[in-house]
Amino acid sequence: MSDNSGKVFGIAVTFCAMFLFWLLLSGMLDALHVGAGLICSLIVALISHDLLVTGEGEKRLVKAFRFFIYLGWELWQILLANFDVTYRVLHPKMPIDPLIIEFETPLRSDFALVTLANSITLTPGTITINVDPAKGKFQVHAIAQAPADALTVDKTMQSKVAKVFMEEG
Amino acid sequence: MVELIVVIVTILLAAGVFFMLSGAIGLLRLPDFYTRLHATGKCDTLGEVLIIFGLLLYHIFVYSPGAELSVQLVPVKLLFLIGFIFLANPTATHAIMKAAYNTGVKPWKKGDPRM
Repeated sequence: MSDNSGKVFGIAVTFCAMFLFWLLLSGMLDALHVGAGLICSLIVALISHDLLVTGEGEKRLVKAFRFFIYLGWELWQILLANFDVTYRVLHPKMPIDPLIIEFETPLRSDFALVTLANSITLTPGTITINVDPAKGKFQVHAIAQAPADALTVDKTMQSKVAKVFMEEG
Repeated sequence: MVELIVVIVTILLAAGVFFMLSGAIGLLRLPDFYTRLHATGKCDTLGEVLIIFGLLLYHIFVYSPGAELSVQLVPVKLLFLIGFIFLANPTATHAIMKAAYNTGVKPWKKGDPRM
């Protein structure tokens, strides 16, 4: 019973999201375009609702809210990252000293791992090479010692992501 | 009002071009595959987003007032584009990086000759 209602809920949410997307992209409100949109959204929702709304996880709304706050911080980090790379590239001596580091995190869920991996890539001086989902292990290429220390010593980003997805230790 | 928007749009476009340019300079100057990805992966993301954001402002305030609905919705598409770039760019950078690492491309160390 609860399993079935969850499925219907998933289809309904997917259908609404798809139809909203259709309306925003088309902008035509006559019967033909809206009707075609309804049919297409329904087909997509029936086939792929389990991709958008996965059954797992509680407190989705809290997580989504915290995620948007995190995005604000992340945008600031992206700005810093660009100034950092621009400085290193345009500096006549190119102050770079690349190294590869490894560290483990308490994160396990797919979405948390993807968020951390993409955040690492977008923030100053570091790019994710490999992620081992079973152990939460990250392999990261850093362009110099300072950005590597930010991940292995300070761990600001890991703790922020862990807090967003409530997967601390 | 329109003049102010045009000035802001010009600044955004110029900043976007500046970051894209420094990404391209990084691609040429940096010594190896991995460090080059640092330049392209990060500078392209912000450069593209700044340019698209400039176009979005121009469209809302200068181009589209009084136009029909489907034209006024173009900024929404540009917003989606920004979202997809933020999602796709780091993922693609990471995928290229992983492919290089798994096929054994040697990372450059300080003091090595340029590759």
